[in-house]
Amino acid sequence: MYPTDYRYTKDHEWVKVNGSTGTIGITDYAQNELGDVVFVEFPKVGVRVEAGKSFGTVESVKAVSELFCPLSGEVAEINSQLSDTPEKINQDPHGAAWLIRVKLSNPNEIASLMDAKAYEAYIATKTREQSA
Amino acid sequence: MTTQATTELRKTALHSTHRRMGAKMVNFGGWDMPLEYSGILSEHEAVRTRAGLFDVSHMGEIEVRGGSALDLVQHVTCNDASKLAVGQAQYSGLMTARGTFVDDLLVHKISDRHYFLCVNAANQDGDFAHIRANNPMGAGVENSGERFSQLAIQGPKAASILAQLTAIRVGELKYYSFTFGDICDVDCLIARTGYTGEDGFEIYFEPRHSEQLWNHFLEAGSADGLIPCGLGARNTLRMEAGMCLYGNEIDETTTPWEAGLGWICKLEKGAFLGRGVLAEQKHAGVQRKLIGFEMLDKRIGRDGYPVTISGRPEGRVTSGGPSPTLKKNIGMAYVPPDQSAVGIQIGIEIRGQSAPARIVALPFYNRHRK
Repeated sequence: MYPTDYRYTKDHEWVKVNGSTGTIGITDYAQNELGDVVFVEFPKVGVRVEAGKSFGTVESVKAVSELFCPLSGEVAEINSQLSDTPEKINQDPHGAAWLIRVKLSNPNEIASLMDAKAYEAYIATKTREQSA
Repeated sequence: MTTQATTELRKTALHSTHRRMGAKMVNFGGWDMPLEYSGILSEHEAVRTRAGLFDVSHMGEIEVRGGSALDLVQHVTCNDASKLAVGQAQYSGLMTARGTFVDDLLVHKISDRHYFLCVNAANQDGDFAHIRANNPMGAGVENSGERFSQLAIQGPKAASILAQLTAIRVGELKYYSFTFGDICDVDCLIARTGYTGEDGFEIYFEPRHSEQLWNHFLEAGSADGLIPCGLGARNTLRMEAGMCLYGNEIDETTTPWEAGLGWICKLEKGAFLGRGVLAEQKHAGVQRKLIGFEMLDKRIGRDGYPVTISGRPEGRVTSGGPSPTLKKNIGMAYVPPDQSAVGIQIGIEIRGQSAPARIVALPFYNRHRK
């Protein structure tokens, strides 16, 4: 379910690092919690983003959720297709519905993120809390 | 996302069914209720084009009985219950002495000596206390929410699905009428009412039959595309229909005139709680008026967001969000009456930026009636 070459945040974003570029999206758990996604607010290309800081919002019919950047850097690309097809975030959150690409300024930050196994354990505790 | 510990929450008789069927649950007014099953958008569409089934057993019921039952109902509500024939229901407001809403409700006339009130879940106990405290005529008042479950079947296919399960000729029941009858051998009060802007029925019965009826409906309706729905779709549906939600559009600070509910405010019926204030306000005019708006770009104005007109703050959005049927983002808000005309541009403050919106007529959505 959760790709092993991605890293994950406690706020349910993922990042896939390729050289000095990080591709960022929200996790399947996050899209499922949100429900039908209807709107994404992107940062502008070229702005600086910081690990742990907000870089935009994703909205479902019912809720607004801030997006927190897993790693610091400069926004190199946004997935502007999602402006017209935000529902792709529900359909393919780990693939076609990536949100932004970031030119990383400090790739070492990745050490603080969870791997797939740790993230799965993390969301398992969340799911237990909810059904308690 | 926060989920309150479910141990403190109240549960309907269908709670375990919802959990088993995989509904996403939410705390609504102290009740652990289904927010969505398959998704708000698909559930919304099912109700607009086919049919949806809602467990609304959290809704409260209060019964008023005795020779002075009508007198009490007339005294505490603003609509004219004397106009009801046996088997008719009306939308009304439970009023404070200031002419504001303790709650909004449906008043059903079962007989000259028996009125059945359907009230909001979170207000039930407060409503009951308020009605008892304003009962000098000594009518019998029962807080009977625990004796009833309620299912709502809503949508253009609702009547034909329901007709499969009962000998009652439900297709002939008029809008805002009700009757008693068996559905799958369960004794029910069947009302042609709803909170979706679509044709449909609200059905009241003893809680022990809940799962049986729920399953019968789903089975009978599956060929017609009936699906289980949650409170998320109920909210988007009622918003499109321009219907007020207690706690959002109406509360103890708003009057029927302000909320666009003048049609349920019958001053000519005689004395009732708040009548003096309401008569005065009708004469003097209101200071604010509920309007509908649509967003002019893709941003979404939501509950509580600040509203501006010509840059000046003018209150907050009462309800706002996507309209799945109209494919626009819509909402409601209170504005000064002289700036409430259709077409006026307003601003909705979204995360520190003003997003343009335009006042439009309510309701946003009107179903085609046969």
